[in-house]
Amino acid sequence: MNQSRRTFLKASLAVGTVAIAVGGGLLAPSRVMAAQWSSAAFAATSMEAALTSLEGISKTEASAAIKVDAPDIAENGAVVSIGIETSLSGAESISVLIPNNASPLAAKYVLGKDTDGFINLRVKMRKTSDVVAVVKSNGKLFSAKKAVKVTLGGCGG
Amino acid sequence: MAQKPMKIRAWMDGERAMVKAIIFHPMETGLRKDQKTGKKIPEHFIKEVICKHGNKTVLNCLWGTAVSKNPFMSFRFNGAKSGDTVSINWVDNQGNKESTEAKIK
Repeated sequence: MNQSRRTFLKASLAVGTVAIAVGGGLLAPSRVMAAQWSSAAFAATSMEAALTSLEGISKTEASAAIKVDAPDIAENGAVVSIGIETSLSGAESISVLIPNNASPLAAKYVLGKDTDGFINLRVKMRKTSDVVAVVKSNGKLFSAKKAVKVTLGGCGG
Repeated sequence: MAQKPMKIRAWMDGERAMVKAIIFHPMETGLRKDQKTGKKIPEHFIKEVICKHGNKTVLNCLWGTAVSKNPFMSFRFNGAKSGDTVSINWVDNQGNKESTEAKIK
């Protein structure tokens, strides 16, 4: 622990919670650039907070029409392949959340009208966690999850 | 910083177009420390990726730092035909931009 870090943490506490200050503070200058990119959602430390700032609601309904394809055991948390497929009609967006990461929201994909509810990506996972896919359809949120065991975390620090 | 170009592959999978892409980017979380200096490596990650078919946006990705280094993505969409152009544009938190096009095979 060096001195500058201590000072920084103290300053952060004065503003609000550490996590929000760190995320919000560092991201603030570029916030103007991409209007849709929500720093509050990506800096949120709980799934509920992330969803609320992303979609306005945090209530999700478990759905069998969403399939999350992820490994049972990920040896390297820095690269975990995830596939999400949904047959829900009128799917507007697919968000990927990892509850045990420092900031659960990993990515949000806004689907075009002709785009299938099908996404593949690779994410970092700090430790063993569920991978939660949240699909927005007709103003409601539907979710599905898959547990992934991580043997080596991938968020650094 | 010299950026390697991204790679895009697009082809018709039956009625639908399938797109796979890899973007070469460090995707730093801002949490890692430089082993030699002990200083934190600043955040450097792609925030937004816009995928277009012709002039129509088919997918808009909003990414956080949890997306892996050299991000891979794939998606499918309808209404395309062989020979159409797919383009992918990204912008990161430091204002770097890149755009690449590919023809659907």
